[in-house]
Amino acid sequence: MSEEVLRTEHLSKSFGRVTALRDASIHLAKGEVLGLLGDNGAGKSTLMKILTGFHRPSGGKIYFEGKELELKSASHARSLGIEPVYQDLALINELNVYRNMFLQREIMYGGPLHILNDGAMRERAKEQLKQMGVRIPSVDVEISKLSGGQRQGIAVARSVYANAKLLLLDEPLAAMGVKESSMILDVILRLKEKGDVSVIIVAHNYAQIFDFCDRINLLQNGQITFDQRTENTSVEELTSLVVQEYRAARENVRPPNSK
Amino acid sequence: MGREQADSSPKPENTARHPERRSLVRHVGLSLFHSREASIAIAGIVLVIYFQSTAPEFLSIGNIANLSGYAATTAIIAGGEVMVLICGEVDLSVGQVYALSPFVMYYAHEAGVPFVPAIVLGLIPAAIVGLINGLITVALEIPSFITTLGTLFVINGLTLTISGGFPVAPKAGPVVATIFGGNAISQSLWAIAITLIFQFALVKTRWGMHTIATGGNLVGAKEVGVKTGFIKIGNFIICSVLGGLAGTLDCFRIGSIDPLAGGTEIMFMAIASAVIGGTLLTGGSGTIFGALLGAVVLGILKDGFTLSGVSAYTFDMILGGAILVTMLINVHLSRLRAAGGGR
Repeated sequence: MSEEVLRTEHLSKSFGRVTALRDASIHLAKGEVLGLLGDNGAGKSTLMKILTGFHRPSGGKIYFEGKELELKSASHARSLGIEPVYQDLALINELNVYRNMFLQREIMYGGPLHILNDGAMRERAKEQLKQMGVRIPSVDVEISKLSGGQRQGIAVARSVYANAKLLLLDEPLAAMGVKESSMILDVILRLKEKGDVSVIIVAHNYAQIFDFCDRINLLQNGQITFDQRTENTSVEELTSLVVQEYRAARENVRPPNSK
Repeated sequence: MGREQADSSPKPENTARHPERRSLVRHVGLSLFHSREASIAIAGIVLVIYFQSTAPEFLSIGNIANLSGYAATTAIIAGGEVMVLICGEVDLSVGQVYALSPFVMYYAHEAGVPFVPAIVLGLIPAAIVGLINGLITVALEIPSFITTLGTLFVINGLTLTISGGFPVAPKAGPVVATIFGGNAISQSLWAIAITLIFQFALVKTRWGMHTIATGGNLVGAKEVGVKTGFIKIGNFIICSVLGGLAGTLDCFRIGSIDPLAGGTEIMFMAIASAVIGGTLLTGGSGTIFGALLGAVVLGILKDGFTLSGVSAYTFDMILGGAILVTMLINVHLSRLRAAGGGR
């Protein structure tokens, strides 16, 4: 296994009396794609928000590229190369594709007026999107004219262009049809082939992403209960684990992960 | 929906690269249909033809001067208002700043400051009002409608207090007066220059792009790292300073400084111009050039009805109706564009 990018040890997070995350220890190698699965309320988004610097953990440690660190804010995390792609994607509908790609990283002509160099941004955006396999009609169209899959692709391409070392994809396939999701999965495959960027995909529909992950972690009731390389497990095994959880939940009247 | 502003520059290149010649004609037709500015310009031409046919003096030099002076003032304020509206905010106090700035200039001049620096001195309180509007709106998270409603009354009271409620006349020489809007041509040139500068800023600079991003998706823009608060405050200052400048230019054209000049009427006219010109009240989209055309159309309506001998009582009703009809047509066209246009 190549060098380690991320390791968390016994991360926990409580909001008042509610414990959202009990004991999350995950690790991720360079270029690895980790599928983080779990039911609603299992603590997936809490874990993500800790990794993006949005929440401070109540306990536990985070190591990034071998060094222990305390994430102070989202911009701190981003400056280290931890790039979240939120479900809302943070795209501006009224701006065209290449201006969105370069928002806050604009290429400008010199001088105090900050005049935008649209030509350079257009060419680089085209190149980056082509490299990553994001297919859109033109980089000149406004974001509002694109499909959900295309928007997702642009958001991912933007993060990669910003020298992301760790991409956090929050439910990338939510509310997306099979055809639409095929493009973003293709984008993830290409990232994997290059091997520069590590990816965590958060999802509750594991069947769709299973083949694209190197490793699967299952988060249940605020704990990582399952960690297996994809070749050593199967969709069937995961299904039986989840079914067990459901059955236990039904027997206990109160679901184990209720908050 | 005024979406030309974001990508108007790349378009011509794209059409040039299109292989088929025949599609060019279709493209020109489509872009006329797509461009909100074009539909307003057409509305303006129709109105000119109509008023010229009902009142032959409509296109006389005197009347054109009268009309363009009014339209220029409105257009300058509307330009600033567009920047604020694109951020998703509104500035109601701009009409009061319009009256404040020339008074400060007048008193500075009375105290011995030459006219040009006195004009700049007059714009400083305008900038401060914009700063206060922005800071209260951004830092205290009070809706700008409320913030600027408050400053509207404060500034109005301030101007009335320092002026004692009486109008004064600026004692500028002919050169200074002519340069600073002393006649319709000079003032129209100011309006055109300001429109060009801010349209350029909106379409081709980082400031404009971040302004659109702030109004288009505030949360998203923040997540990416756009300094949305800074952008909003800056645009409030721009709007206020342009309001003060419009008032200063007007005082040289009219020849007097009235503490009650401008006010809510000029502010609403400016917002109406912006909206007729294609700027959305919901933020994220707008054009300065459209606002200039909107101001001209409003000027034509106002002037044309006066010349046609419509009574002052019925005038406002007709004007209001005309604004509503213009808006209906615009909204309807936008829907058609959204439905038929998938460019």
